[in-house]
Amino acid sequence: MSTSPTTNKLGLSLQDYTGGKSTLCVGCGHEGITLQIIHAAFELGLEPHQVAKLSGIGCSSKTPAYFLRSAWGFNSIHGRAAAVCTGVALANRSMKNLLVSGDGDSMSIGLNHFTHLIRRNVPVVYIIEDNGVYALTKGQFSATADQGSALRWGQVNELPPVDPCTLAMELGCGFVARSFSGNPKQLKTLIKAAFAHPGTAVLDVISPCVTWNNHETSTRSYQSAKQREIPLQELGFIPPFHTEPVEIPAGESREVTFPDGSRITFRTLHEDYDPSNRIEAWRIVHESREKGELLTGLLYCHPDKPTLHDFVKTTQTPLTALPQSTLKPGPEVLLRIMEELA
Amino acid sequence: MTRVNNFSIEVATVNGSGSQTANNVLMRAIFQMGVPVSGKNFFPSNISGMPTWFQIRLSHRGYAARKPETDLMVCMNPESAAEDIARLPPGALCIYDESLKLGNCRQDITAFGVPFQELATACCPEMKFQRLVKNMVYVGVLVRLLGIEMSEATLALARLLKGKAEALNHAAMDAGYQWALANLPDQEELRVQREPRSGARLLIDGNTACALGALFAGVTVVGWYPITPSTGLIEGLAEYAASHRLDPETAGPTVAILQMEDELASAGMVVGAGWAGARSMTATSGPGLSLMTEFIGLAYYAEVPGVFVDVQRVGPSTGLPTRSSQSDIKLCAKAGHGDTLHINLYPATMEECFRFTYDAFDLAERFQTPVFLVSDLDLAMQSWITNPFEYPEGNLDRGKVLDEEALKKIQAWGRYRDVDGDGIPYRTLPGTPGGKGAYLTRGSGHNAQAVYTENPAEYTEVLLRIQRKILSAASVLPQPIHLECGGKRGVLAYGSSDPAVMEALDILREHHGTRLDYLRVRALPFSETIGGFLRSMEVVYVVEQNRDGQMAALLKEFFPKEAPRLRSVLHFDSTPITAQTIVDQILSQEM
Ligand SMILES: Cc1ncc(C[n+]2csc(CCOP(=O)(O)OP(=O)(O)O)c2C)c(N)n1
Ligand code: SF4
Ligand SMILES: [Mg+2]
Repeated sequence: MSTSPTTNKLGLSLQDYTGGKSTLCVGCGHEGITLQIIHAAFELGLEPHQVAKLSGIGCSSKTPAYFLRSAWGFNSIHGRAAAVCTGVALANRSMKNLLVSGDGDSMSIGLNHFTHLIRRNVPVVYIIEDNGVYALTKGQFSATADQGSALRWGQVNELPPVDPCTLAMELGCGFVARSFSGNPKQLKTLIKAAFAHPGTAVLDVISPCVTWNNHETSTRSYQSAKQREIPLQELGFIPPFHTEPVEIPAGESREVTFPDGSRITFRTLHEDYDPSNRIEAWRIVHESREKGELLTGLLYCHPDKPTLHDFVKTTQTPLTALPQSTLKPGPEVLLRIMEELA
Repeated sequence: MTRVNNFSIEVATVNGSGSQTANNVLMRAIFQMGVPVSGKNFFPSNISGMPTWFQIRLSHRGYAARKPETDLMVCMNPESAAEDIARLPPGALCIYDESLKLGNCRQDITAFGVPFQELATACCPEMKFQRLVKNMVYVGVLVRLLGIEMSEATLALARLLKGKAEALNHAAMDAGYQWALANLPDQEELRVQREPRSGARLLIDGNTACALGALFAGVTVVGWYPITPSTGLIEGLAEYAASHRLDPETAGPTVAILQMEDELASAGMVVGAGWAGARSMTATSGPGLSLMTEFIGLAYYAEVPGVFVDVQRVGPSTGLPTRSSQSDIKLCAKAGHGDTLHINLYPATMEECFRFTYDAFDLAERFQTPVFLVSDLDLAMQSWITNPFEYPEGNLDRGKVLDEEALKKIQAWGRYRDVDGDGIPYRTLPGTPGGKGAYLTRGSGHNAQAVYTENPAEYTEVLLRIQRKILSAASVLPQPIHLECGGKRGVLAYGSSDPAVMEALDILREHHGTRLDYLRVRALPFSETIGGFLRSMEVVYVVEQNRDGQMAALLKEFFPKEAPRLRSVLHFDSTPITAQTIVDQILSQEM
């Protein structure tokens, strides 16, 4: 592979996609995700000012401050960035929305909004930085904690987990992926592909919390995730502006093309796994999880679904760009309405 | 003695029986004769089968408040008939469904039994419609009995229904009329007479008026969740937007209206859209507003514009969801945790519902903050006569927004810097090119540069500036309206209590020789005019429709020295306040 260029198609450097200084713990899984967001955005050549960074509350939700400093961001309230994102999407459909959330943020307090965001297929790359705990409130179990996983001080989780991926698949989400912050190559490729998806793209990224949930009896530690990870595919991403021939993974390879012309290519490592067959994919992900495995990769992909903008019939021109002459009806309209009511 | 255009009619029916159309035809016919009229629907929180009452008040003096006494009762509901008749004043008229056999129940009223079913069957062979057209029979009977012009009733019907429905209902109305002509004696007690109209007038409800305000204010994003009594506002907006808010080029809608999963999401969507540069709004009622408070606090502190319409109903909790009150005053003033104070607008008339909603969008963007339009069920869902609305001239005020050009000229920009000394910072919108102007909005502590801080001085600076900003709005908000009579005693009220106060002032003057000043408050934060008024009075009666005297509490907070002058006049039994309630409570406190 050729060495990476130091500037992208916009002439921006990787540095231009970084953010403020992080205040997370050293070794925090979330940092790995931040880094891959920076790389993916750089390689895609996203215009930083056209990205809206949205988050809730939690260690994970702090991270929008640590990447894409030239993008607008909204660190909102716990669990409800999905609602904020829906408003942003409707107000200005030209924005690329990137929502970063935690497993606590999205799977308990914000579960309602998560499900409805998916139902409406709001255009957004939705990353769940999944560490199985409420880290910012000092390590209580979250709703994604595995049954049998233990906290550092011994308490065992007895409740069944909510799996963001099978839930998203059930709800008809058109792009569902799982990755691991310790698998940067796969993660970056998935983030890039997610940006090409026109609707809601959900990425559940296992992201160990080194402070509260990285011990031996935890199933969300680096070690446990590494041991249990089974990548489904070898992935490649070809952006729409790419003109040179690309390396496609050897062996029998398949691809999915997104409406913008970009493609994700994959060589299946797991026999029979077909990310376009929702029911089968759901079954395999679910069963493998029950067995304690951690399947990562593109779990389900179906890019051609109507999005929020098809449902609402949002004008192509962003609503925020419409002039007053379009927004404010004239006096004759009021007069007519008044006459109708007389 | 004959009472002309000065009495009230009440129709007691079962909800879900389709009486709404009949009642509207009746009221419109009287309205079209130039008679000042107002209608109030007392309906249950239920879809079908529970008692419901519709009151129509005719008042040649233009009084539009609820009038407790009914002069003419139409009894259609077997369940409530006995009580409905028992509360009539002596001398009242009553028409009732013959099958109820109420003929002799009271000697001191005049009651006529009408064979509604028989008449409906005769004019409408289709069984399934008979129940509905039965209601139109009583309209026909009243047209004859009261001297309403049949041509106006026909016209009113034609406005509401078309085709077969119109024909069937017209036949039923005519059947009632003919039956009354042949069977009822002439009565001279209550008469409706044409009055010369001064200028064009129209009938509208407050939800529709607010919807029109939003329509003309250029609202672009609406997030909502159904709740009585606010639902009609959004539905009305959607209906008007479908014909009046289309993009001239693509014919696509220029306002996105989305029903959300709950009110938390509605508020979040309003905040997200407002942050991105939309004119965003939601409409809800108390329970929904309670859910929105965390987002409202965020919008206040992060300085994001948004319009929140609260159509108040009776709480706490589900309370009486189809009844009116003014009990969210405190909530709307202070929604959110921590220190907050919001811009609130208190419309009292249909013109104000329209204009204040329009203004709310300008204020929200100008002051970069949530703005509350505090309506209530009485304003929002009842029918009111109004002058036609004046067109809101001028440009939309989009506030201090720096675009690419403006940013180029600026050296150092900070989202929360008070550059102009008015407490209002400059904002930028996501997507603005040029590489300048991006920032991270947060509900956590931030300094003037929008950077996270836990520094006590920086935190305090922002919080005090926001306070200054909101208080400064008082001078541009709608000023109170002062009806002076030069005395030392006055009344202060707001919102839907206004018609009852106006009538009460007349009663006090004409029957009790008591003259009172009247100040109608129209916005929060309070302007200095209100402080001046309180200081100039010895006693001020604060009239409101809640238990705790919520407005009085706010006044005491703003003007603590004036607190001893305030006396509360409170009404909170779930019915709209009446003039007599105000008169009685004032007189008892005057002793
Ligand atoms: C309404 C509300 N309730 C509770 C909290 C406290 N709180 C802050 S962060 C958090 C959990 C965050 O967990 P998660 O989303 O998994 O993020 P992590 O810190 O693990 O990355 C909680 C409960 C809050 N901020 N707001
Ligand atoms: S507490 Fe856990 S999640 Fe939070 S920053 Fe530290 S390691 Fe990361
Ligand atoms: Mg977590």
